[in-house]
Amino acid sequence: MVELLEIIDGIIQAFQLIVSLDPELLQVTELSLFISLSATIISTLIAIPFGGLIHFREFRGKRVLITIIQTLYSVPTVIIGLVVYLLISRSGPFGVLELLFSPVGMIIGQTVLILPIMTGLTISALSGVDRNIRETLVSLGATEFQNITQIILEARFAILGGIILGFGRAISEVGVAMMIGGNIRGETRVLTTSIALETGMGNFGLSIALGIILLLIALVVVLIMNFITSGALTESDRVRGGPQA
Amino acid sequence: MIRITGLSHQFGRREVIHGIDLEIRNGEIFTLIGPSGSGKTTLLRLINLLDRPTKGSITFDGMLTDGHENERRSIRRSMAMVFQKPAVLNTSVEQNVSFGLEFRRVPRDQIQMRVASALEMVGLSNFSRRKAVTLSGGEMQRVAIARALVLNPEVLLLDEPTANLDPLSTEIIEDLIVKINRDKKTTVIIATHDMSQGQRLANRMGVMMSGQLVQVGNLIEIFYHPVNRAIAVFVGIDPIRESVVESNDNNLATIAVRDVRIQAVTNISPGQQVTLCIRPEEVTLSLPDTCPTTSSARNCLPGTITHLLPYGPFTRVKVDCGVSITALITRQSSDDLHLSPGKQVMATIKATAVHVIPDR
Repeated sequence: MVELLEIIDGIIQAFQLIVSLDPELLQVTELSLFISLSATIISTLIAIPFGGLIHFREFRGKRVLITIIQTLYSVPTVIIGLVVYLLISRSGPFGVLELLFSPVGMIIGQTVLILPIMTGLTISALSGVDRNIRETLVSLGATEFQNITQIILEARFAILGGIILGFGRAISEVGVAMMIGGNIRGETRVLTTSIALETGMGNFGLSIALGIILLLIALVVVLIMNFITSGALTESDRVRGGPQA
Repeated sequence: MIRITGLSHQFGRREVIHGIDLEIRNGEIFTLIGPSGSGKTTLLRLINLLDRPTKGSITFDGMLTDGHENERRSIRRSMAMVFQKPAVLNTSVEQNVSFGLEFRRVPRDQIQMRVASALEMVGLSNFSRRKAVTLSGGEMQRVAIARALVLNPEVLLLDEPTANLDPLSTEIIEDLIVKINRDKKTTVIIATHDMSQGQRLANRMGVMMSGQLVQVGNLIEIFYHPVNRAIAVFVGIDPIRESVVESNDNNLATIAVRDVRIQAVTNISPGQQVTLCIRPEEVTLSLPDTCPTTSSARNCLPGTITHLLPYGPFTRVKVDCGVSITALITRQSSDDLHLSPGKQVMATIKATAVHVIPDR
């Protein structure tokens, strides 16, 4: 049994580590952010065009494809870990690239993990744009490319929501980081795998400190998102104008 | 300029417009009037090349429009359309008005100037930096109109452009349409169910009913000489049915409607079943025994008022003269004559004001 005293002790230790900017803590946090942000950026670059293609084109099996994508929203991280492991392990088809137990391998794993949810949310964001807007743009003389670009811009806040959700899933997952990264100290150890390890070893102070940092990252992300979306809405309140007629 | 031949369009199995032939002349204001659901919007969308017709063709200056999407777009770019339910994008008013110019790759500095002057024309100068989605329905409609005008189109298509607007804004927009047509020689096609608007703006009008273009003509032709009963009702006439031409002397016909005889100017031969159309504002009411000297070209029918219907500053008076006659008189004269249901009056109608439609 973990004593209440140990937890309190852990929290005090956590604040000491954070305030003193413990080098190991910083290194783990930086790596976590680097890997998950990279995965989110790569996934965004794939999800927006891919989701756009699915939304704007009519083809056989479109509904089935969307259903599969939606099912993959909740795929367990360890299954992605397993699949990517098999692909990049020494004997796998991409074994020669030696990506196993490297940050690049982890980025690939997390990208695969969050691609479905980001693609799916891009599709629903685009479907949420009024059909009349598409017709208005055509009537205004837009080419297909100009039209699609404007509609993606129109859906920007909803797409941004999907991106942030994807980042949240990437930074908080353990399965891929553990199986593909291997939790090597100083190389592939990230926030979540550290917590798992340190807790197992009884270092509650470090675990709690890492947990607080994860929550702080989540808080910053939410604040940024609220700032962007609410900034867009309150502009109308700040700029006053009255009808002339 | 725009020639429409044998145009039909289906949505699924339902044919929404059928066999339309129409020529729109360069620089005219053409109004499509007709009840809602008669196919006006569908026709405008086909002209704007948003949909491809099931049958028939549309040509612009002799150019066919059934080609590749790129060709259709370059023709479409000489037009602008204002939809009945305007859609604005979630950005500033200014940006919303800029889109069409940006799509045409007009230089930035020119866009700014043109957008500013278009917003000024519709009275939205102070709104340029507002979020378009926060505007009221009428304001959005004006953004949509500015967005069309800024393109300097050769053809301007307007679908119920003032349906969401208050009377003052409507007047501003109508004046603007007339001004643009006059100054820039823009061809304007307006769909409206508001007949008085059609009347105020149009050089020519076309009447659409259940997907067909039933009559094309100038105001007098449509309002005084509707070609069938349905149009007559639509333009505000209470048609008199079950009438027969009794005799015709040099185009001055005597027509029997049950026990009443009405004189009309027409070349229809005796024996023909007809429907009579009399515009209510052509009917004069007076007190009994004050009928002006009876001439052969004048109908003077005694009758009893059945009911009075207020109609803005006017009153619609139904008089039973053996046949029901509707008169439209000012409220003032209605009060002066002390009109009320049951009162005896004389209804006077010139023979030239009676339009006769032969029944088929």
